Amino acid sequence: MKVVALIKQTPDTAELPKVSVDEARSGQIQTTMVINPWDEFAAEEAIQLADRLGATSVAISMGRPDQTDALKHALAMGIQSAVLVDEAVAAEGDEWTAAEALAQAIRLQGDDVQIVLAGKMSVDGNSGLIHVGVACKLGWSLLVNVTRIAEVADGRITVERSFEGGQEVVQVPLPVVISVAKEINEPRYPSFMGIRKANRAQIPVLGKDEIPISPAPPRARWENLRKPEQRTVQVKIIQGATPQEKAAGLVDALLAEKVI
Amino acid sequence: MTSPLAFLFNEEHEMVRRLARDFAAKEIAPKIKELDRQQRFDPELLPKMAAQGFLGICIPARYGGAGMDYISLGIVSEELEYVDTSARVVMSVHVGLNSLGVFQWGTEEQKQRFLVPQAQGERIACFCLTEPNAGSDVQAMRATARREGDVYVLNGEKVWISLADVADHFLVFAKTDPQADPPYRGISAFMVTRDMAGVTTGSYHGKLGVRAGNTGWVKLDNVEVPVENRIGQEGEGFKIAMSCLDNGRYTVAAGALGLIRACLDASIRYAQERETFGVPIARHQLVKRMISLMVQRRDIGQLLVYKVGWMKNMGLPHSREVALAKWFCTDASFDSASDAIQIHGAYGYSDEYDVERYLRNSKGAVIYEGTREIQQLMQAEYELGLRKRPRLRCELPAYDPAEWTGET
Ligand SMILES: Cc1cc2nc3c(=O)[nH]c(=O)nc-3n(C[C@H](O)[C@H](O)[C@H](O)COP(=O)(O)OP(=O)(O)OC[C@H]3O[C@@H](n4cnc5c(N)ncnc54)[C@H](O)[C@@H]3O)c2cc1C
Repeated sequence: MKVVALIKQTPDTAELPKVSVDEARSGQIQTTMVINPWDEFAAEEAIQLADRLGATSVAISMGRPDQTDALKHALAMGIQSAVLVDEAVAAEGDEWTAAEALAQAIRLQGDDVQIVLAGKMSVDGNSGLIHVGVACKLGWSLLVNVTRIAEVADGRITVERSFEGGQEVVQVPLPVVISVAKEINEPRYPSFMGIRKANRAQIPVLGKDEIPISPAPPRARWENLRKPEQRTVQVKIIQGATPQEKAAGLVDALLAEKVI
Repeated sequence: MTSPLAFLFNEEHEMVRRLARDFAAKEIAPKIKELDRQQRFDPELLPKMAAQGFLGICIPARYGGAGMDYISLGIVSEELEYVDTSARVVMSVHVGLNSLGVFQWGTEEQKQRFLVPQAQGERIACFCLTEPNAGSDVQAMRATARREGDVYVLNGEKVWISLADVADHFLVFAKTDPQADPPYRGISAFMVTRDMAGVTTGSYHGKLGVRAGNTGWVKLDNVEVPVENRIGQEGEGFKIAMSCLDNGRYTVAAGALGLIRACLDASIRYAQERETFGVPIARHQLVKRMISLMVQRRDIGQLLVYKVGWMKNMGLPHSREVALAKWFCTDASFDSASDAIQIHGAYGYSDEYDVERYLRNSKGAVIYEGTREIQQLMQAEYELGLRKRPRLRCELPAYDPAEWTGET
């Protein structure tokens, strides 16, 4: 059996505010690029599942052919192999096109792929749609916000999912696409041995020949791209001789702002 | 795009940097203010560093280490001290001053017995050179080691010892020949272990900086140390201590570079937020000057430190170069921390911001592992031909990736 983790390379969240509109538009982002933090949970779960099930783990990412840092991070954590999908195969496309490209890349890994794991969203794109699209394109079961994988047996998988105010246990037939919640595990740091392995690894790049996508016009496209206005925040420190006076001042201020 | 630092760092190094940075940000940064205030050494720090392989980073895999190179040791030291000096001190003392000393001078049997558990982080190691009356003047030490049959009997007091209260293995320097002339020829090195009768330790409180680190004293009262625990030959202790310092100083210099970067980042953040006279203070020329000096110190420091890392990898003697890097970077980190406080104004003067801790932490490194003045004397003496670095019976092995990793 194979377990696939979908990995995206995104700007370091600490540096996200530095990304300019022009950079975002052209895709030539100058900031430090790292593994999308949500995808670290998917990579960790893939490693653990592969161990548990005696399966092999594969990381798949779509991006520019030179953008292998995120995949190398996954390899350094312990994912066994990695594949990059050249984003040119889905040029001018939308999430639906990206999902098609990834679904094809997953199929190319062979019939023994039974589980595909993904983070719940990417910190740059923020759509949270890719894994949904991939499940659709593959025609597989879909589970979102999974907090624990309880059992994989007899062609079925049992998981725990969390939702507002509750937990549920669900079972679906394999193969399955799963988006994981951050409660599912604690992603490990890469090991030094892993770092060395990752740097020696050959990462195959799948291009238009391997992943042909008929150029259907994208359903969604960017009409406009801008940064939100800087919000001006005023800080008011409530003065008072005693805690009671300060509290009364705070209540007055909150009432005046119609917060309470 | 090729990194402008590609001549110093390969992709593996970049990954090591990211790992150390993430580790420091997640495991150290959230608690450091409180630990520093309480003058408490985090008991979870060493097991976490061990689990990650930091404690044996540049020790070959066959001795229980991670098999990385010396540049990686510098990078981890730099990134740890970017967050706090106390974590970098562990690298300096456990790896630099002790483990690399055993790796360089120990017999195969000693490497198996001491280095393997140290590299794996099962045993913590420290370095005991300084005494109440012997700091810069190492030869003035009074600790003695008297040979009696199969043991040496050690007596003496070591002070200002980093990790004194948490270490299991103590690399102790003592005189086997107190009458030797010159006196340094009478010094020998011994691995003392905590389980030996007559070893007591204690911690200091009230230090100016590195308050989240453990520093203390070690007393040796008729401690019987088996002959097999002598590192190197009788009388070789001074040379061993100096080569341990070549390794420790490298990590201190690299750490100070991290501290300079921390000062710079904090200053840039604050200078862009704080406004006076209607503009962010970053617009004032005199503030720009302080920032530009930090940039200058960072870039010079980086070249000095990683030149030494490269020399270590190549197996080149580097006593002068590492002393210069240590002198420059520690002085530069103190100046940067002082300027960082200046940029923060009164806010920098309180522990609401980190920069006051940076200043307190930076001062120690201008003193330990050879004071600024000792480093200065050395530079002049090398240049004047008054000092020569001797070839050593045991030199630090060059880095050999295939041999160190055991991977092909
Ligand atoms: C936080 C901390 C951790 C430490 N950890 C360790 C450790 O793990 N192991 C260990 O063995 N030691 C350790 N030390 C001790 C440290 O190495 C010594 O403090 C240092 O070597 C200086 O010795 P000293 O304090 O006795 O100062 P002294 O040698 O007494 O020097 C006092 C002053 O005189 C100056 N001076 C001395 N000689 C000369 C000269 N010839 N020319 C010009 N100026 C001179 C010095 O530069 C200094 O300014 C630590 C110290 C500190 C502060």
